[in-house]
Amino acid sequence: MALLEVNQLDVRFALRQGEVRALRDVTFSLERGERLGIVGESGAGKSVAAFSLLNLISKPGFIAGGDIIFDGQPLTQMTERELRKIRGNRISMIFQDPMMTLNPVLSIGDQMVECLKAHRRISTREARAIALDRLRQVQIPSPEKRLDQYPHELSGGMRQRIIIAIALLLDPDIIIADEPTTALDVTIQAEIMALLLALCESHDVALILITHDLGVVSQVTQRMLVMYAGRVIEQGPTREIINDPQHPYTQGLLNALPQMATPGEKLNQIRGSMPSLTHLPSGCAFHPRCDFINRADGAPRSACIKQVPGFVTSGHCRVACHMVAEMLEERRLKEETP
Amino acid sequence: MSLSTTPTPTRWERFRDSYVWYSFKRDRTAQLCLAVFLCLVVAAFCAPLLAPTDPYDLRQIDILDSELPPFWIDGADERYTLGTDAQGRDLWSIILYGTRVSLLIGFGAVILQALLGVTFGLMAGYLGGRVDAFLMRLADIQLSFSTLMVAIVVGAVVKATLGSSFYSQYAVLMLVLIIGLAEWPQYARTVRASVLAEKNKEYVDAARVMGLRSRRIMFRHVLPNTLSPIFVISTVQIANAIISEAALSFLGLGMPETHPSLGSLIKAGFDYIQSGSWWITLIPGAVLVVLVLSINLLGDWLRDVMNPRLYKG
Amino acid sequence: MIAFLIKRLMHAIVVMFVISVLAFAIQDNLGDPVQQMVGQSVPESEREALRERLGLNDPFLVQYGRFAKNALQGDFGYSYFYREPALEVIARHLPATLELVFAATLLIVVFSVPVGVYSAIKPRSPISRFFMGASIIGISIPVFLTAIVLIQIFAIGVTVTLFPDNTAWGAWLNSALSTQGNMPSFGRGYDLVHVAGHWDTNLASWDGIRHLVLPAISLASIMLPLFIRLIRAEMMEVLQSEYVKYARAKGISMRRVYFVHALKNTMLPVITVGGVQIGTMVAYTILTETVFQWPGMGLMFLDAINRADIPLIVTYLMVVGIIFVVTNTIVDLIYGLVNPTVKLTGKPA
Repeated sequence: MALLEVNQLDVRFALRQGEVRALRDVTFSLERGERLGIVGESGAGKSVAAFSLLNLISKPGFIAGGDIIFDGQPLTQMTERELRKIRGNRISMIFQDPMMTLNPVLSIGDQMVECLKAHRRISTREARAIALDRLRQVQIPSPEKRLDQYPHELSGGMRQRIIIAIALLLDPDIIIADEPTTALDVTIQAEIMALLLALCESHDVALILITHDLGVVSQVTQRMLVMYAGRVIEQGPTREIINDPQHPYTQGLLNALPQMATPGEKLNQIRGSMPSLTHLPSGCAFHPRCDFINRADGAPRSACIKQVPGFVTSGHCRVACHMVAEMLEERRLKEETP
Repeated sequence: MSLSTTPTPTRWERFRDSYVWYSFKRDRTAQLCLAVFLCLVVAAFCAPLLAPTDPYDLRQIDILDSELPPFWIDGADERYTLGTDAQGRDLWSIILYGTRVSLLIGFGAVILQALLGVTFGLMAGYLGGRVDAFLMRLADIQLSFSTLMVAIVVGAVVKATLGSSFYSQYAVLMLVLIIGLAEWPQYARTVRASVLAEKNKEYVDAARVMGLRSRRIMFRHVLPNTLSPIFVISTVQIANAIISEAALSFLGLGMPETHPSLGSLIKAGFDYIQSGSWWITLIPGAVLVVLVLSINLLGDWLRDVMNPRLYKG
Repeated sequence: MIAFLIKRLMHAIVVMFVISVLAFAIQDNLGDPVQQMVGQSVPESEREALRERLGLNDPFLVQYGRFAKNALQGDFGYSYFYREPALEVIARHLPATLELVFAATLLIVVFSVPVGVYSAIKPRSPISRFFMGASIIGISIPVFLTAIVLIQIFAIGVTVTLFPDNTAWGAWLNSALSTQGNMPSFGRGYDLVHVAGHWDTNLASWDGIRHLVLPAISLASIMLPLFIRLIRAEMMEVLQSEYVKYARAKGISMRRVYFVHALKNTMLPVITVGGVQIGTMVAYTILTETVFQWPGMGLMFLDAINRADIPLIVTYLMVVGIIFVVTNTIVDLIYGLVNPTVKLTGKPA
């Protein structure tokens, strides 16, 4: 049995204009010690997915359906009290912007100790010792001094190290990292990412890495989900998806990577932009931007416009696209006629 | 869907499609408050038509009719629906006239505050440097002393300098000046903050590159973009000005009893509260509260509507 | 710390200088004190002599120089009315005002924080809606009107005859809604306990406290709703912040999230506003004390205005200025203690 299983998760936001479906039909699983990437443009629902795992979506949002099963226990049916025992203890989170994540008026030590004390019956002295140990593990210079400092006295990189240290405090089973390096200087992004990966490895922690950076995902994760407009449109082993993406959106994302472009030529890009969740196109939400069906010679595809695509299994991957078979057929024809 | 074929919407059409109107249509409190406020304004400014007697006309007052209670209490006189005050004036008439005075001073003072505050705020925000430092330090000191305190001190000084009778004669003008002078920093700060936010936007640079004079840039380009916060604080300021006027009058630094505002009616009636004639002070008080409350609730609603940062929750 | 105090001191000196110039300009412009001091029958020559003796005929700068020099030595001149040093008169009236302000502040702090926090945590609950509605009504009632209504209800009494007296429920409702009106509403009472110097306290006897109740509620009535709304607004904003979300993600109890993580950040702007509102509070003591004939500085000031007792007016303004400067400094110090990003030491961070 997998460590974490998410089945048909459905998250909605009750807005003035009516209910908006932020996540629909999200299904995936995570094994112990595995590294899973979730990619997509901003607004695709990556962060909502991350926060809904611990039921931390804020007010107008709510989980409308589906199950989240962690280590055999259904998180979706837990009371707030039971969930609190999981949060920070067995599943911990790393937020995007370290400048905003730590409370400005509490010392680093306080913020670490409170987390330990919330989950274990230990003295402040013991808690500080554990905190100090974790600060050493994240290779912060002069860790003893840091416990009594306040967030504003530390740089962004140091703060993110501290947040990683807090994530590791209670030896969790899963760390959910929501764009952990996006807000940092480019020069230290790689350093922090490497540190995070090494610590996940050595503590045998499973990692859910949320990012818009396909490059990072392709290098560090074993499996990945591609999200678009609140749906997982393609998922499977990372290598398989990177080498042979099935969904036109994933293909577009990969083609847009700078490494994929010929030097001196214009970068490839996906036409148009992500639709707002309040005004989703009918059928496949990607159809207005889809290169495959919007070619000059392409016939109009009524299925794409009218029907939300179901999942098709292709190799080890699951793809939500009406055109998978047709694309394969076309590719085969191209290869046969040189 | 070419934009060029659609005619430019008229002001009315734009207003009808706006979020303000949409929200107003669904907000019962806002509708009720606007209705109450408009009723009071209309009633106050039609006072000579609505009031059964002219309280300023001494010939219509009979001192023997003093301290008559309102209609629902035994001993009421049917000529005086809401009873009479200590001088025998019809309370209903004098409240209508008093509301008119209060509103007049409230609006006048806010217009003066806005003129001063917007001008100084624009100067401080746009010119920066020493002008800014001087004006804002002045505003700080004045605000830390509290606007009511400043109004009381200025009122006392002006009254002592010019003499009581002169002051009473021009009391409306005096109160507009005093409250206007005391509260300009509120506008100045708001305008300055918006100007600083607008100043660095590209259209201001563009205007400067085109060689426009800074005064023209300020009034024609920057000011229109600061209008919505000005509009929002104006509602609160009108309520504040009416309360300030009432407070000054209550302290004897405002409208004389011969020409009372709601505040001086409350003051005059307070002397008779111990003898049981509570209506002389509490009925004008209730009118004052309803007036200020409706303005404040409208201001609350307007702030919610015009400040998208507060949408959530 | 020392650098901070020196900076504050410089600021205080500038503010006090501005206030003293203004105060003195007022003194120079106000009506003729001699008129107030002597009767109509005194001949002009005698008045002129009195004017000369009081130094009222000297040029502005000379008079200001003399005024400033004396003020620095604690000599603010003689009250025309009381015929004793103005500072002495103020010192006698100060404790009454301070006790009133203290009692009102206590009410504000005790009620605004829990109510504000509660209505931020549960913004849609009926109780929050009630408090929000009540607070906007509270803001819309001028402080003197609150005072008058309180006097009517609790000092004079209200007899309700709205319901039929011959039925049991009618009689019960009538008596339940009627009030006796036995609260004192005039002055400080006679059961004051002497503490030290000019300080007789209302806080040490039952009768004293009863006298304090209505004035303190009136004075608090204007600030309390303001602070409830401020605390609620700030708290709601803080509750939206990333660090509160993160604190929840760490699995700590909601009580700790609300009262340690959120409340501490909420109080920062509230402390700053509180410092400014002290000024407003002093202004409102003038109104409250007038209604309740509370023998404090506010009532004294209003009397001084009516009597054109210029030295007393000027001294009052100076003393109020000093009170503002001192309280603002204390508020800044508290702010610095709560907010770690402010360095009181003046050392670069």
